[in-house]
Amino acid sequence: MAMTITEKILAAHAGKDSVSPGELINCKLDVVLGNDITAPVAIKEFEKIGVPDVFDKEKVVLVPDHFTPNKDIKSAEQAKVLRTFAKKQGLTNYFEVGKMGIEHCLLPEQGIVAPGDAIIGADSHTCTYGALGAFSTGVGSTDMAAAMASGEVWFKVPESIKFVYNGEELNEWVGGKDLILHTIGDIGVDGALYQAMEFTGPAIRNLSMDGRFTMANMAIEAGGKNGIIAPDQTTIDYVESRVKRPYKVYNSDEDAKYTKVIEYDVADIEPQVAFPHLPENTRPVSEAGRVEIDQAVIGSCTNGRIEDLRLAAKVLKGHKVHSDVRLIIFPGTQTIYKQAMNEGLFDIFVDAGAAISTPTCGPCLGGHMGILAKGERAIATTNRNFVGRMGHPESEVYLSNPAVAAASAILGRIAGPEEVE
Amino acid sequence: MEFQGRTWKFGADVDTDAIIPARYLNTTDPSELAAHCMEDADPDFPQKVKAGDIIVADKNFGCGSSREHAPICIKAAGVSCVIAKSFARIFYRNSFNIGLPILESPEAVDGIEEGDEVKVDVDAGVIYNLTKGTSFRSTAIPPFMQELIDAGGLINFVRRRLKG
Repeated sequence: MAMTITEKILAAHAGKDSVSPGELINCKLDVVLGNDITAPVAIKEFEKIGVPDVFDKEKVVLVPDHFTPNKDIKSAEQAKVLRTFAKKQGLTNYFEVGKMGIEHCLLPEQGIVAPGDAIIGADSHTCTYGALGAFSTGVGSTDMAAAMASGEVWFKVPESIKFVYNGEELNEWVGGKDLILHTIGDIGVDGALYQAMEFTGPAIRNLSMDGRFTMANMAIEAGGKNGIIAPDQTTIDYVESRVKRPYKVYNSDEDAKYTKVIEYDVADIEPQVAFPHLPENTRPVSEAGRVEIDQAVIGSCTNGRIEDLRLAAKVLKGHKVHSDVRLIIFPGTQTIYKQAMNEGLFDIFVDAGAAISTPTCGPCLGGHMGILAKGERAIATTNRNFVGRMGHPESEVYLSNPAVAAASAILGRIAGPEEVE
Repeated sequence: MEFQGRTWKFGADVDTDAIIPARYLNTTDPSELAAHCMEDADPDFPQKVKAGDIIVADKNFGCGSSREHAPICIKAAGVSCVIAKSFARIFYRNSFNIGLPILESPEAVDGIEEGDEVKVDVDAGVIYNLTKGTSFRSTAIPPFMQELIDAGGLINFVRRRLKG
């Protein structure tokens, strides 16, 4: 039977020859992930189940990245719950501050997630790993707790939507962020509700891994169950030096069934900005009008990778951040941090007047390290611009790619990089 | 399984940051979370809501983050069930897993005004607007999912089943 890549991975993990959309399956998991917000709840629930040990010490991964380095006493207590549990269980993949990174930048980098895997994480952006050709989806703490005990979870097999990005070359300053924002702007924040979003086409084949992670990362912002990109040489080159265990490459059959096929010509896509308060409120940056900003944030699980930082540096080089703007840059992991430092990007950032943060989810979810006051406006390379997302309920967040965020930081208003002299 | 209560209406795409803002996620205590339930959508909601009340919302309720703190704070605030045109998938799953009943019914959402008294018959999949004297179909919750709610969520359900 013809199947999509999502269906093939789910079938393999459910011990079946084939599965169809709508079918309820019990699925074996390769990775179960939690962070310092969701894992404390999961650990409490896990302890109620009454099994002494997690199903696999290597496959349960804990990353304290949201409110760390601990922002207050309560957060410190939550981080301590993870630390204590990780020690007691002897978890291989627990990452303390100093080795820690933003989970969705860290796991691929460390080779913990691989093509063909079935992964759940108690974090909605767990869909990021679909960029490697894995089935990966966000769940809540209770699902995580049950999966820590059993190594399994039940799923309804999702229907798939195929997105085809035609055209070989992206326009200048356009990246994965703009393709996905354009897509969400087109289909809406529930346009892929309960469904798999499969990203295909020549423009995807030419996209770097960092760009692909950005796209899969935001599948949840369209309501998707997972985002997925079939592996190719780019994927294999990325995982080769990282993944130390066997993995399997799946591809969709040519006659696989999709509920919809949506095609875009990338020649029509310019850098995008999502206006408050939904990621679907997108428009091309050239149509943004005059929007003055107080803060710019470059980083996060969406755009905190080395390519993102290089892009920001390219725009910032030789310029100063506008006197009315705070620019905060937070690299995704310690490795990315060191790489950016060694490449001289930190000199460019500091000379421009930017603050560089240790890896943390911090400002993206209004946790710490860059909270907005009442009436303030930020442009951010993050993933959500909901009411109050980055601080006061009457503050505003605009989403963009790193080049647009950097250019806006220089000019003090939302602007495309070509406006910077 | 039946619920009856006064309704509170919300619009489309109510996200998890509006249900429970991240600034309160440094705790997992349900009653502390309940004190801020729906705060960024309606700052007075935690004071106004009474035990048994029902939330009625438009499409895509609970979109955004995977934080289980969202259905937990709604349940801890005393809300008996949530009726919406549709739910975001992680919120949908989390609600059943922690034992918060939720129902999809676009017709009921359009046919209920804030403050209406509503009764929900979960077994039959019928929603009665007692104020207006109308009724609507909703997707019935299958028996095993009801058992899950009745047990107080997935963990108790799993424990109960393991004990046989």
